[in-house]
Amino acid sequence: MSNVTVTVNGKSHTVDVAPETLLVELIREKLRLTGTHVGCDTSQCGACVVHVDGVAVKSCTMLAMTADGASVTTIEGLANGSALHPMQEAFREHHGLQCGFCTPGMIMSAVDIVNRKGSDLDEHTIRDELEGNICRCTGYHNIVKAVAAGAKAMKGGAKPARAAE
Amino acid sequence: MYAFTYERPKSVEEAVNLLKKSGEAKLLAGGQTLLPAMKLRLASPGTIVDLSKVAGLSGVKRDGNDIVIGAMTKHVDVMNSAEVQKSIPALAHLVSVLGDPAVRNRGTIGGSLANNDPSADYPAAVLALNATVQTNKRKIAADDFFKGLFETALAGDEIIEAVRFPVPEKAGYEKFRNPASRFALVGVFVAKGKDGARVAVTGAGESGVFRVKEMEAALGKDFSAKAIEGIKVPAKGMIADLHGTAEYRAHLIGVLARRALAAAK
Ligand SMILES: Cc1cc2nc3c(=O)[nH]c(=O)nc-3n(C[C@H](O)[C@H](O)[C@H](O)COP(=O)(O)OP(=O)(O)OC[C@H]3O[C@@H](n4cnc5c(N)ncnc54)[C@H](O)[C@@H]3O)c2cc1C
Ligand code: FES
Ligand code: FES
Repeated sequence: MSNVTVTVNGKSHTVDVAPETLLVELIREKLRLTGTHVGCDTSQCGACVVHVDGVAVKSCTMLAMTADGASVTTIEGLANGSALHPMQEAFREHHGLQCGFCTPGMIMSAVDIVNRKGSDLDEHTIRDELEGNICRCTGYHNIVKAVAAGAKAMKGGAKPARAAE
Repeated sequence: MYAFTYERPKSVEEAVNLLKKSGEAKLLAGGQTLLPAMKLRLASPGTIVDLSKVAGLSGVKRDGNDIVIGAMTKHVDVMNSAEVQKSIPALAHLVSVLGDPAVRNRGTIGGSLANNDPSADYPAAVLALNATVQTNKRKIAADDFFKGLFETALAGDEIIEAVRFPVPEKAGYEKFRNPASRFALVGVFVAKGKDGARVAVTGAGESGVFRVKEMEAALGKDFSAKAIEGIKVPAKGMIADLHGTAEYRAHLIGVLARRALAAAK
C-alpha cells in the first residue's frame, strides 16, 4: 500500500491504496463519489470519464498512483450547490438521458468538448467528439441536442469545470 | 488485475535500472493498451515502471529537416502541434482519427510503437516516413524496428526516447476504421521523401505493418493515384476475421492508397 494525494472537486485527499487500484476505484470506493460509473471496464464506453488536470480521461484506464498530485473533477464537482451546471441542466431539459448510466461520462466529455472547442458546436463535431462515449438507451439524438444547448448555456457566463480546479 | 509493485522513476537511467533489476517489469506510458491488457490478464507484470515523471521524454521539436517527437508525447499533443500540422499534416491527421478524445489525452507515440499492434496507426507513419526510433541504446531504422505481431526490435531493458521523422515532400494517410474499436481495418500511409516514395499498410498484414514495394516503384516515377491504378495487392498473408476477409482487406489497400495519394499534401 502507498499514499496518493489527489485534489478531487477542490478538496485534497491523501489515501492509502494498493498499486493496482484504478483511479475510478479510488474515486468510487475510497472517496465514495459514486457518480462516476464503470460501464465496460475495458476502456471503450466512457461512463467513467473524469477530468484530470483539466482534460477528459477514462478513469478506469489510469492508475490511482499515476494521478498522485493531480487535480480531478468528477460529475459531483460540476453543480454549484443545488444549482445544476448548465450542461447538466441541458441534459435534463432536452431529455438527454434515459437510464442515466452513461450520463456522468457524457456530461464530463461534453464539458471537455466545450473547454477545447468553444460553445458553438455543430452536430457533426459533437457526434465526432463523443465517439468514446457509448449510450445503450437514447440513440444519441437528444444527447447531441443537449450538448449543443449546454455548450451555448456555458457561454452565458457559467464557469467551465476547469475553473474549479 | 494481478498485484504488482509500482515504481515512478525520474530519469531514463533510473527506469532502465528498474527494468534490469526485475525481469518481470514493464514500462507504463499512457496505459491505454497496457492497463486493459492487465485487466484481461493478458499481461501480468511483477513491476510497473511508470514513465510519467521521467523528464525530457515529451514534446515536439524541429531539428533541421526532421521533426523529433518525444516518446511520452501524448496523441493529442502531436495532433495539435503547429510544427506537425505545418510540416507533416498527414501525421496530424493520422492522430486525429486515432481512438477517441480521452484515449488521445493519455496514449503516447512511444507506447503505440513499442506495442506494435497490427491495427495501430502510428506504425504506418513511422514506416512510410522512414522515421528513426531513438532508444537509450541506439537508433533503429523503421525498416528494422517492426518485427511482426506485437513484436519489435526493442530489448527488454530498452526504452524509446524519441522518434525522428524526416519531413517529406508530400504525404497522406487514409484509414478505414473499424467502427467498434476505432482501430484500422486497413490504413495506408503514402509518402514522397528524398529517397523516393514509400507506402506502408497497417491493419491488413498477418505480421503487422508492411510496405508495398510495387506501388513504391510506380510512385517513384509519378506520385499520383493514377500511377497505381493497375496494381493489385494479393490476399495472401492478409488478416481475415469477422470484420473482413483477406480479399476484402487486400482490395481496401488499393482503394485507400489511391485516396491517400489524392489527399496527400
Ligand atoms: C478505446 C481505445 C481505442 C483505441 N484506438 C486506437 C486506434 O484507433 N489506433 C491506434 O493506433 N491505437 C488505438 N488505441 C491504442 C492507443 O493508441 C494506445 O495509447 C497505444 O497503443 C499505447 O500507448 P500508451 O502510451 O497508452 O502505452 P501503454 O499502454 O502504457 O504501453 C503499451 C506498451 O508499450 C510499452 N512502452 C510504453 N512506452 C514505452 C517506451 N517509451 N519505450 C519502450 N516501451 C514502452 C509498455 O511497456 C507496454 O508494453 C486505442 C486504445 C483504446 C483504449
Ligand atoms: S468504464 Fe471506463 S471506458 Fe467504460
Ligand atoms: S441513458 Fe442509458 S446508457 Fe445512456
